[in-house]
Amino acid sequence: MNGELLFQLLLNGVIVGMLYGVVAMCFVLIYKSTQVVNFAQGEFLVLGGWICLSLVVQMGLPFFLAFLFTLVFMAIFGIVVQQIILRPLIGEPIISVIMVTIGLSIFMQSLMNWIFGNDAKRFPDIFGSLSVISIGGLNVETAYVMSFVLSLVIMVVFYVFFRFTRHGLAMRATAFDQQIAQSLGISVKQTFAMAWAISALVSGVAGVVMGMVSAVSNSLAFIGIKVFPAVIVGGLDSIVGAVVGGLIIGLLENFAEFVDGEYLHIGNLYTIAPFYVLIIILMIKPYGLFGTKDIERI
Amino acid sequence: MGHVPNPRPAGDFRTSYISDNALFKTRFEGKAALGVVLALIIVAPFLSNYVLSQLIIISIYSIAALGLNILVGVTGQISLGHGAFFGFGAFASAWIVSSFGIPALLAIPLAGVLTTAVGMIFGVPAARIKGLYLAIATLASQFILEDFFARADWFSGGVYGALAARPTFFGFIFDTDLSYFYLTFFWLVVSIVGITNLLRSRDGRALVAVRDHYLSAEIMGVNLTKYRILSFGISSFFAGLAGALFAHYLEFVSVEGFTILLSIQFLAMIIIGGLGSVYGTILGVIFVLLLPQAMEGATTFAANLFPAIEPGKAYIKEMSVGAAIILFLIFEPEGLIHRWRVIRASWKLFPFAR
Repeated sequence: MNGELLFQLLLNGVIVGMLYGVVAMCFVLIYKSTQVVNFAQGEFLVLGGWICLSLVVQMGLPFFLAFLFTLVFMAIFGIVVQQIILRPLIGEPIISVIMVTIGLSIFMQSLMNWIFGNDAKRFPDIFGSLSVISIGGLNVETAYVMSFVLSLVIMVVFYVFFRFTRHGLAMRATAFDQQIAQSLGISVKQTFAMAWAISALVSGVAGVVMGMVSAVSNSLAFIGIKVFPAVIVGGLDSIVGAVVGGLIIGLLENFAEFVDGEYLHIGNLYTIAPFYVLIIILMIKPYGLFGTKDIERI
Repeated sequence: MGHVPNPRPAGDFRTSYISDNALFKTRFEGKAALGVVLALIIVAPFLSNYVLSQLIIISIYSIAALGLNILVGVTGQISLGHGAFFGFGAFASAWIVSSFGIPALLAIPLAGVLTTAVGMIFGVPAARIKGLYLAIATLASQFILEDFFARADWFSGGVYGALAARPTFFGFIFDTDLSYFYLTFFWLVVSIVGITNLLRSRDGRALVAVRDHYLSAEIMGVNLTKYRILSFGISSFFAGLAGALFAHYLEFVSVEGFTILLSIQFLAMIIIGGLGSVYGTILGVIFVLLLPQAMEGATTFAANLFPAIEPGKAYIKEMSVGAAIILFLIFEPEGLIHRWRVIRASWKLFPFAR
């Protein structure tokens, strides 16, 4: 039993899990308020990473300016996607909605492959000499700490937004019942656009953070797939569940890696373990830990 | 949700159950189908190898897509794992031939049966969940099966892949494209007849009832669990059959061929063709398989005018698949078969139709 390795992996799990949680939150946000399952969430994340990276590297902008610009770009991008692609499909069966986002994800992936290339690219060093700091005797990369802090900040902002602001209230109302929300004077169209804007924006942030922790590459889109086990564990329509699910999946992945490396030697267990968990959860508790069980009437 | 599976023009009444249940709705339809089949059989020896290979691929993908259409179009379930089942059939057939020495001609349908069993196992969650949850469960089955192919050396040859020789029949080897075309075409016709027959039977109507309103179906006495798992089984049978045919056509099976992209391609075929329609499926398969080639031509032409897009040709081909899915869902959600029905109706009702 290699205690230090286990601790290191679990720490890694918490940090990656927080990021999964953030992306899962974006996914749940769209699902909850617009009943759309976004299979292109991973591509949103990659796009954010690429935009920020190319602004820093090619345009030579300072990082924080580039970051701000990325936020604006992603928000507009989310609204455009919602307006052009998802709005015509309101009221269509769920298979159409799923397929249209899958189509979008294929389209975006090949377009990004074309424009930004296939290789992984690293952000220039932003932290300088502070790139490694020591926490409780363990050396942790600053990028990891920043990723953790940023994820926490995003979660708190989400909480505050939904709990205390007018728009947040409007979004919760729309998620609860679109017709009632509309009859109370909430613009459902605006709320839909806002949900997509926020979701794309926050995914973009996650992309930038991921890019700083490792590197920006198109394979980061796999996070969009990893989100599914996370949201299923947490419950599809629960934002708290998304965070918890993300953490669980992140920890589970790294724990599987540990067990695999130390005892089983199957290899590659960590990529597939979440999907076994997903199937098991679906069989015994289909609505996840925090999801609401929907009751149907004829 | 406003989706009418088989709209008929006004005035086209059926006056007996027999006519409502006929295999071909009009006498012309039967003759046309027979004509197309005969024409292909007669013309095939005169076609070039390139055209034949395209026809073989179209037949194979059509069989698999027809299976998926039973699941998605007819029963209203969603599967993102069809490509993996297709792959399972391919590996299963190669495995049956190499481990048990069963002739490939027999191994092909046997592989279909094996895939049915696997499909029903992964269909078990479908008994309880639906819609999005099911989509995600089948997504998981895609990844689990892919992982299994890469890992199970005894079954799939692991990362090296498996060899699958061309089938033989009493000394006759299906080693030319022409003879293999006849083999795949035979299975395609069998599949089409089998599926159209299924759809007009009691079981077929039960599947449609599950799609249209599953609670009402259950109240009417349709056993939901049975029919949901059954439809998974049927769809994976055709996936496995097609996969086996694919394996023996290429004579080699490798793990990389059966990714989530293949599953998405199958879904694209049935959506572009028309959900729940047998002939629409074939149109969709032809569209999706020929689209990259059409794009190849178009981009080569465009690259002459704007040399800047030359390096992006491969990406444009990929993008065209995604774009086709999006555009069809927005502008023609009922698929190509709907367009065909509109054209046919406007001929039939000539001066009155738009």
